[in-house]
Amino acid sequence: MLTKRIIPCLDVAGGRVVKGRKFRYLKDRGDPVELARRYAQGGADELVFLDIAASTEGRETMVELVARVARELFIPFTVGGGIRSKDDVKRLLRAGADKVAIQTAAVNRPALVTEAAEVFGAQCVVVSIDAQRHSRGWEIFTHGAVRRTGLDALRWAVEVEQLGAGELLVTSIDADGGRGGYDLELTRSIADRVGIPVIASGGAGGPEDLLAVLTEGHADAALAASIFHSGDWTISEVKTALRSGGVAVRL
Amino acid sequence: MIGVVDYGGGNLASVGHALDRIQTGWQLVCNRSEVEAVDSLIFPGVGAAGPAMQGLQVQGLDTAIQQFVSSGRPYLGICLGHQLLFQRSAEDASACLGILTGEVVRLKTAEKVPHVGWNTVELRQSNRLFEGVEDEAFYFTHSFVANAGDEVVTARTTHGVPFVSAVSAAGVFGVQFHPERSGDAGLRLLTNFVGISQGAAGNAH
Repeated sequence: MLTKRIIPCLDVAGGRVVKGRKFRYLKDRGDPVELARRYAQGGADELVFLDIAASTEGRETMVELVARVARELFIPFTVGGGIRSKDDVKRLLRAGADKVAIQTAAVNRPALVTEAAEVFGAQCVVVSIDAQRHSRGWEIFTHGAVRRTGLDALRWAVEVEQLGAGELLVTSIDADGGRGGYDLELTRSIADRVGIPVIASGGAGGPEDLLAVLTEGHADAALAASIFHSGDWTISEVKTALRSGGVAVRL
Repeated sequence: MIGVVDYGGGNLASVGHALDRIQTGWQLVCNRSEVEAVDSLIFPGVGAAGPAMQGLQVQGLDTAIQQFVSSGRPYLGICLGHQLLFQRSAEDASACLGILTGEVVRLKTAEKVPHVGWNTVELRQSNRLFEGVEDEAFYFTHSFVANAGDEVVTARTTHGVPFVSAVSAAGVFGVQFHPERSGDAGLRLLTNFVGISQGAAGNAH
């Protein structure tokens, strides 16, 4: 049977891995390829690289980074950040990325999701959703969680599935980097409304949080950064805990 | 020499890097004469069936691949390269290479589609391609599956329902998963294919 995926996320700026809290206070966490290799050897099912600077120079750096990662690692990886066009998608895939995560550009020009899925296949088009809770639900933000869109997260999730997205990466802005647990309600509300896999992101503090989001949160995969970068937990420790909790994982 | 089919589509780099890692010589092939010059072919596929078939036709690769396979030289199709072996695909309603009997249809299951992640393959019989990796999980990412005749099915995988995850017939192999993205198990499977290719090339020379 299909196992639940554990996905370390590497936020990249200026060719280095950084990590902050609620999208701020960035700290240097090391060389992306070095960290990626460590995670792949440790049993990561996939990797995500997010270019959080997403500047023009940043995109060049990302293409080079993708090529380096692809040469050395033989597990799937997704690249996101600053992808604006079909050409951006093609360059990253040709450089060796398996999937691309599109966020701001999907909001600005939803047809990009459809075009990319038609040419490259839905399986490589991940739509990234950064959502912040308000009194009656969740609102989508773009541009590194600073720009409001007025879009409702649940409605947007259903819409991008119809546009052709193959997967959703759902990040709770409130929970990001806080290590207090995923937003289970947000994850479940989206996962129950779509027929495509949902990767939960934001808030992992320990194995119990991943267990909760993969069971109560109905997520297909759990993404985490801080708990792995800090060395507090290894991937195999997390997977062992998940297996004891009754979740099918690849060990 | 192994040829990697380049029809102008998506991710070809991964397969090349995996072959580099297992120290196997390879080259991209994008036209008929390049296909004719290699001992075996790997067709890695990421993308949709329609544009891929158009890309092959424009470059004359469709007939070149059909002739290559009928000459008995080994072929490994990965994901889309596996699906294109069949007669037609419901994805874009495309005619495919027609090397194997059957058609490609959307995976019908109560589970999430695309089927994304690591899943096990259940071998129906021992197969040289799977030597040493009989019980391993491989990485899948796809929405369509090939409905192949029992006689060519090597393995099935379950995602709510069982579907064909590997086929083989006289030197033709197809796998629905991505060995180039399946860690050590995938590298071993590619090494097995290289061994099959070298055996075939040795016999021919």
